[in-house]
Amino acid sequence: MKLTLEIWRQRSAQDTGRFETYHLADVSTHMSFLEMLDVLNQDLIAKGEQPVAFDHDCREGICGTCGFVINGVAHGHLKRNTICQLHMRHFSDGDHIVIEPWRAKAFPIVRDLIVDRSAFERIMRAGGYISARAGSAPDANSTLIPKEKAEAAMDFAECIGCGACVASCPNGAAMLFVGAKISHLGFLPQGQPERDERARAMVSAMEREAFGACTNFTSCEATCPKGISIVGIARMNRDFLKAKVLGGGNLGGKG
Amino acid sequence: MKLDARIPEGPLADKWTSFKAHAKLVSPANKRKHTIIVVGTGLAGGGAAASLGELGYKVEAFCYQDSARRAHSIAAQGGINAAKNYQNDGDTVFRLFYDTVKGGDFRAREANVHRLAEISNQIIDHCVAQGVPFAREYSGYLANRTFGGAQVSRTFYARGQTGQQLLLGAYASLNAQVAAGQVRVHERTEMLDLIVVDGVARGIVTRNMVTGDISSHFGDAVLLCTGGYSNVFFLSTSAKGCNGSAVWRAHKRGAGFANPCFTQIHPTCIPQSGDYQSKLTLMSESLRNDGRVWVPKKAGDDRPPAQIPEDERDYYLERIYPSFGNMVPRDVASRNAKNVCDEGRGIGETKRGVYLDFSHAIKRLGVDVIRDRYGNLFEMYEMITNDNPYETPMKIYPAPHYTMGGLWVDYNLMSTIPGLFVLGEANFSDHGANRLGASALMQGLADGFFVIPNTLGAYLAESKAAPVNPDNQAVKEAEDRVRALNQRLLAVKGSKSVDSFHRELGMIMLDKCGMSRSKEGLDEAIAAIRDLREQFWSNVVVPGDGESLNQELEKAGRVADYFELAELMCLDAREREESCGGHFREEHRTEEGEALRDDDNFCHATVWQYSGEGKAPIAHEEPLVFENVALTQRSYK
Repeated sequence: MKLTLEIWRQRSAQDTGRFETYHLADVSTHMSFLEMLDVLNQDLIAKGEQPVAFDHDCREGICGTCGFVINGVAHGHLKRNTICQLHMRHFSDGDHIVIEPWRAKAFPIVRDLIVDRSAFERIMRAGGYISARAGSAPDANSTLIPKEKAEAAMDFAECIGCGACVASCPNGAAMLFVGAKISHLGFLPQGQPERDERARAMVSAMEREAFGACTNFTSCEATCPKGISIVGIARMNRDFLKAKVLGGGNLGGKG
Repeated sequence: MKLDARIPEGPLADKWTSFKAHAKLVSPANKRKHTIIVVGTGLAGGGAAASLGELGYKVEAFCYQDSARRAHSIAAQGGINAAKNYQNDGDTVFRLFYDTVKGGDFRAREANVHRLAEISNQIIDHCVAQGVPFAREYSGYLANRTFGGAQVSRTFYARGQTGQQLLLGAYASLNAQVAAGQVRVHERTEMLDLIVVDGVARGIVTRNMVTGDISSHFGDAVLLCTGGYSNVFFLSTSAKGCNGSAVWRAHKRGAGFANPCFTQIHPTCIPQSGDYQSKLTLMSESLRNDGRVWVPKKAGDDRPPAQIPEDERDYYLERIYPSFGNMVPRDVASRNAKNVCDEGRGIGETKRGVYLDFSHAIKRLGVDVIRDRYGNLFEMYEMITNDNPYETPMKIYPAPHYTMGGLWVDYNLMSTIPGLFVLGEANFSDHGANRLGASALMQGLADGFFVIPNTLGAYLAESKAAPVNPDNQAVKEAEDRVRALNQRLLAVKGSKSVDSFHRELGMIMLDKCGMSRSKEGLDEAIAAIRDLREQFWSNVVVPGDGESLNQELEKAGRVADYFELAELMCLDAREREESCGGHFREEHRTEEGEALRDDDNFCHATVWQYSGEGKAPIAHEEPLVFENVALTQRSYK
């Protein structure tokens, strides 16, 4: 099939950037979206032009590296999907496809479709962990975890950190991402000792970045490739409030 | 090149305990004076950086991804083995050790494998403590499932995303150490050379992949945790960025490369659909529990599968291996798929595929049972292929998946360069000639969290290296080499893209050094690789410059290394005149056509020493001594 692509090109964070139009004449419906871009890039290289830079790695929908906005929707129109698993049979001959990077103040553009998601790293380093030293753990079955709690933790642990939630939020909020980690660890008994401190530290770190606040549009949940529920945001708010207002948690404090 | 495996004395089961009891230690006050460089942040690298940080060392960690959480350990689906015996089904540390040694076709080092089996239980404890949400029974106890190559149920799992959950656990521990100020992570930074000062590994040269900045980093030891080199085949199940450059450039600085020809081609992957294909996707081997593998009896039979009657189908695994049938090990299943396709009986557009048919299982068990067992895998298959496996057979074909070969290491995980340690898939030690399912995650975490914290201290306690002077000639030379290579790649300004060369190289390798190898084919491959490599250096085009983000330049450097590594793989495969595990030499097979080992002449690891550009590498041998298992012929008939 024939496609017209309108792609955001930007040499660096300092460059102003612009849309460029490209035509592809022979796109197979079996291709993934990224393979379609590979073909475009091979064409561009043959013509002596700069290929389009985009982030990608596993191409199996699990590493969270790839991601951009297709026709206004993060990861494209297919539900619960990453771009690497989006195949061209979901498009039609003659389609006009607009491709732009994640748009969020907290994710500065590095080049073309690549953005800088290091704000996520800083939030995770503020408290997205259980401080368990290697060698100190008791036998794995000494802590029983009801199946439904383990499953709920797993539902939130599935987050791949791609950033689609931020890109699709009108406020550029990172609360689904933060809520997912807080909920994952908060459902587990091992996560309890640091639970208050974790909420305080992660939310404070989030607020230091250029993310907006949640106003319940729920577009994050709708575009999340792993279907993470906004219940995670409620749990984050509750844990944060409890830690802040009731003053629970560690007395030392990190945040 | 001296190969001293430094295996501790004493009975097999006591070696690791004895090592720990007698190893020299670095005092807590001195640990903070040591800087350790860790390259790669998967299960091995992330685990090593976190646990060394916990001990008080200063750690500089590097990854090419934009986050340590994205290392390719993340893509593992099935599970992780441990000898917990929670099922009361007779599992022991020895049994896990034995299964792993046998599964590797007796080409791994006994002492290392036993240590791995011993540590397996600690790993599960640690992961649970980190908050890894493993699958559980309704009682709240951990659940297990059965995996290939074992008769016990010892595999722990987290839905179909075990690798992701384990990596997020290691990543969390890493983050805790970053917060504590012990570890610094350098993302989007690629190691491009090793700095060796006075014969000792003391640092690395990196390129910042955003700014193009080339810089040097120094430490008292360098840990390579950079995974395997399956992408030498271009199409593989590895992530696109996975590469062999760190280990290859360390090899060129003097690290011996062991058994480079030991690669694993996984039998159940989604076949290639066209020339644009960029990678291959694995389908869990658990599908072979209920799926039946077949091809048409007649070559060139183009009818849709539903129109091919039962008596015109060849269920070849069931026919050739009546006792194991569709559940033969990975190497055997892959080889037979290739054979039937070579006979012209392959299916699908490319004719490189076989059917995996669930219709009999659905008839026998009902669609609900099959959905319950494999629903998520069927969905994933349909998402990629647009075929519904409930109605029509899956099409599958083998794909390069894992490399058992890697840099040679001694018992302490140290390479032939003092101070250079190699962990996880990047080393050679634990899986021999074929890796069993659910054991790669186990090895990565064992090496990172539990082996290196003990063995590194023993090295540091005895080394008395002064800080590296950044003006040292060795540093300048390493940086110059990196700059010169990038300049050389950019200066060719030919007309063929990096990817097109890489694809061609992959085709040579898959054809001649893949599932089936022969002396004649390997000779041809070596000539073809040299020829293609010459073309690469005279006609490759790398657009852009070295001073900014340039994905083509990144790929070009990796492919330049793959050309050299590919030749060594072929050389190693030609030298090993026997068949074992994934290494099948057509000249060495039993009367029934199965792999025929030669324990008299090849019960060793072949360790290659680099001897300079254009010069033949030198082969050394580490004899593999089996004191605790009897070497037997694997048979699955």
